[in-house]
Amino acid sequence: MDFFTAIEQSALFLIVLAPIAGALLTMFTSRERPQDAWHFAILVSAITLALSIFIFVQYDFRAGGYQLTHIFRWLGYPLDINLSLGVDGIAAPLVLLNGIILFGGVLVAQTIKRRSRDFFVLLLALGGGVFGVFVVRDLFFLFFFYELAVLPMYLLIGVWGSSTDFGTFRRTKEYGAMKLMLFLVAGSVLIWVGILALYVQAWKAGAPTFDMSTLAEMAQRGDFSEGLQRWVFPLFMIGFGVLAGLWPFHTWSPDGHVAAPTAVSMLHAGVLMKLGAYGIIRVGMELTPAGAEAWMPVLIGLGTVNVLYGAFSAMSQGDLKYVIGYSSVSHMGYVIMGIATLHPIGVGGAVLQMFSHGIMTALMFVLVGAIYDRAHIRDINVLNGLVKRMGAATFFFAIAGLASLGLPGLSGFVAEFMVFTGAFKEYLPLAVLAVAGAAVTAVYILRLLARSFFGEADPRWAHLTDLSPVEKGVAGAFVLILIAVGVWPEPLLRVINTGVASLLKVF
Amino acid sequence: MSTVTENLYLLTPEFLLAALALLVFALDLVLPESRKTWLAWIGMAGLTALAIFSVRMLAGRTESLYGGLLAVDQFSLFFKVFFMGLGVFIILSSVDFVKQHLSHPGEFYGILLFSILGMNMMAQARELVTAYIALELLSFSLYVLTAYARGNPKSNEAALKYIIIGAFSTAVLLYGISMIYSVAGSTHFDALAETLSSPGQAGPVLWVGVAFLVAGLGFKLAAVPFHMWAPDVYEGAPLPVTAYLAIASKAGAAALALRLISEGLVPAREVWPHWQIILAALAAASMLVGNLVALAQRNLKRLMAYSSIGHVGYLLAGMAALNIGGGMAANGIIFYLVGYAATSLVVFAALISFFNQTGQEEIADLAGLADRQPLLAAAIAIGLFSLAGLPIFAGFTIKFYLFAAVAQGGFLWLAGLAIFSSLISLYYYLQVIRQMYIQPVPGTAPDASGHGEEPSHTASHGQAVAGHASETAAAALRTPTGMLLAVVVAGLVAVLALGVYPGPLLEAIERASQVILPGI
Repeated sequence: MDFFTAIEQSALFLIVLAPIAGALLTMFTSRERPQDAWHFAILVSAITLALSIFIFVQYDFRAGGYQLTHIFRWLGYPLDINLSLGVDGIAAPLVLLNGIILFGGVLVAQTIKRRSRDFFVLLLALGGGVFGVFVVRDLFFLFFFYELAVLPMYLLIGVWGSSTDFGTFRRTKEYGAMKLMLFLVAGSVLIWVGILALYVQAWKAGAPTFDMSTLAEMAQRGDFSEGLQRWVFPLFMIGFGVLAGLWPFHTWSPDGHVAAPTAVSMLHAGVLMKLGAYGIIRVGMELTPAGAEAWMPVLIGLGTVNVLYGAFSAMSQGDLKYVIGYSSVSHMGYVIMGIATLHPIGVGGAVLQMFSHGIMTALMFVLVGAIYDRAHIRDINVLNGLVKRMGAATFFFAIAGLASLGLPGLSGFVAEFMVFTGAFKEYLPLAVLAVAGAAVTAVYILRLLARSFFGEADPRWAHLTDLSPVEKGVAGAFVLILIAVGVWPEPLLRVINTGVASLLKVF
Repeated sequence: MSTVTENLYLLTPEFLLAALALLVFALDLVLPESRKTWLAWIGMAGLTALAIFSVRMLAGRTESLYGGLLAVDQFSLFFKVFFMGLGVFIILSSVDFVKQHLSHPGEFYGILLFSILGMNMMAQARELVTAYIALELLSFSLYVLTAYARGNPKSNEAALKYIIIGAFSTAVLLYGISMIYSVAGSTHFDALAETLSSPGQAGPVLWVGVAFLVAGLGFKLAAVPFHMWAPDVYEGAPLPVTAYLAIASKAGAAALALRLISEGLVPAREVWPHWQIILAALAAASMLVGNLVALAQRNLKRLMAYSSIGHVGYLLAGMAALNIGGGMAANGIIFYLVGYAATSLVVFAALISFFNQTGQEEIADLAGLADRQPLLAAAIAIGLFSLAGLPIFAGFTIKFYLFAAVAQGGFLWLAGLAIFSSLISLYYYLQVIRQMYIQPVPGTAPDASGHGEEPSHTASHGQAVAGHASETAAAALRTPTGMLLAVVVAGLVAVLALGVYPGPLLEAIERASQVILPGI
């Protein structure tokens, strides 16, 4: 067996193993030389990036279905849990997304000075958890990795985050971290109950298993009654929805973003929130299709509220990170709406939006983090004229902002356009409202650009230096991806479409 | 071989354990004060040897002794090895503590060995009076151990409370046994099941008898509403004894309850559903009360006490889900006990190390521990994350298995409640983790690196404060001593291993639970 086939067969396992093993190994780097941990984390995340590109390129969209599959036996009867791996057209782009953002996040985390070793241990564990969720085909392990991705957040925010004083009230990092943790784990309580309900049902039907492919077949055969699916799907919808920032369970998200350090915000908004949407698709829609069909009108309504509520909230924020945090809530609304259309174009748009928003929001957090590191302030009413001192940052931020408001030629446009198209068919009024949300986005993004980045140079900010070469490199790469996907989305879309097509077969 | 000698032969491990305990007592008389630590090593070596010997002698055997009083089978073998292994680790983590804080080390280890003997017998008992005697052997050892810090009034108070409530619960238990005997004419577990399912005999007296039995065991397990003694006793007892109470004595009582319920209640198909409801109610009350009251605790030992009440709730949920032909719940309970023991050992060993160096045991005392002693902080944090049920640690796997079993046994609502109370527990575990990782070391300025929104001049002010306060700051702590370090590392390895690869252990558990609930 040559090297290439060996990699091909174990790529999915390696991509989960590498960050987790890397996290464990990082513990043994020298405490005296914190740079070692950073360098080692770069190495690990570079390996995962290479693997994620390999997986994405290797995925054959003509064949479709689950590829690179592999099963490791774990526990036999009566639980029947196996580490069953495989990616489809929906998971493959998200694996790529996580690879890109984990690498970028580790690179810009150079600024972490205090206990940096522990930071990279947790960050890599988080990345491993996210990869795990995207590549497993077993409910137990999906949940396992889901929780693993949530677990490090408390310490990542609590230890390395920042508290903010807003004059009338304070938002401490402990507050942000605890709120995030409790919201997300409360969501997983619902998910866990849903998983057990399905398992019990499968057990009654004579095949106790956590294997998702088997469970999906059982759902199609009608082993899960419609009544059961109708109460189990909302568990998944809300449980995963909490992580996706679903209104009204989104409030942890802006607070968490604001308190989190840059690299964590990037992963958090860039991929972690996508886990939620992915969970709704993978678990909710695949395993309880009848329930999904019944609940989709509710979900699309909530998604529309997300879009509008997030956009208007972002408009009224004075803190750069809160603006982006609420903007994430708003953009996740498009993802949720797209999923809820149950229409190939809409769902495809949702998955593309996950990818596009992941890159875009990570880019924004890199820039905001860079500004905050230099100015120690994020108030958009105080910051102004940054373009004079931080030209590169302004340039990159402008592109991210334009992608965010859906300028044609950038990735956000393609994704949002697809979501609107999908939604217009059945939910015309909601689609109109969502388009209006995009207009509101334009208002707050342009206002932000005009006020903080352009405008008169302020002597207070004369000492600011522009982005470091590393930050420039990361931001530049993200911008290139945004443009590439905006101009030529085909390589991504053809993969996504195969996945979406087989997902929607049952509806 | 005649039956008598065969019976005696099968009990060799118990005789040897008793001999080991007596040997420790005897050596205590002759060893000089400086060499008392030898006793601990003798105890540990003896326990290890006995565990290996028991496995070699009894693996694969299923025997009933003395007309069904005792069972020497895979179930009892599993628990014997488990208890003796726990004994080794408890002794290992007590050595430093005993040296520093307690007098009369000889008796300490000897009594500990006797309590393990009691637990071994509890796992083997198939008859109520035998079970009662074994339980008392354990309880009396624990009363003495709780009072072991003689100079500490809290320890004395705890022991007094423990004895009084223990005696009361014993009386309840005995009264229940006598009522059962009056109806069934026998005190064997299986006779109880037969009587319960024969319509003529299952009158109110039998019901009250079984209820007293459940209440008596509830006291020993510290299940709500029989839990009142636990926090005070846990707080007053010397820290290694608290660990022992939380881990081992609970496992012993659970082993007894598991066999009693499986052989005495589950086979009575008509009435078992009623008892299931009662056990489920006890379980629900324990999880909720334990975890909710834990939220308000400031003392680490009390926190662990209430948290352990919550964990008993999960175990009881598993007991409620026991069923003929479904060994999954029994597997789940045993698996939970092992995973819980490994996790708690890590936490307690780290807390003992902390206490040995500082003499502190409040949650707030842990502030800044991650800077003062990173290894201890990491061990406690991993242990607490595991107790809260997060992956990749044992806590996640054991909870998933047990709750799946509970759901499969027809109690999805109870599983949901258990998952919800795990969420509650996460909050107070995180409070401890917050102290260790986020709060600054006492006496230093609040975290200078997490620059808030304050303008830069306050930052320089903060620097000045930090410089001034560094003299009074709590000193860095040493890494745990060799023995405690061994417990922490072994525990962490077990916590990770059970979290990611529990297969081999579950096979052993499967063999054990097959005996008491045959036929999946």
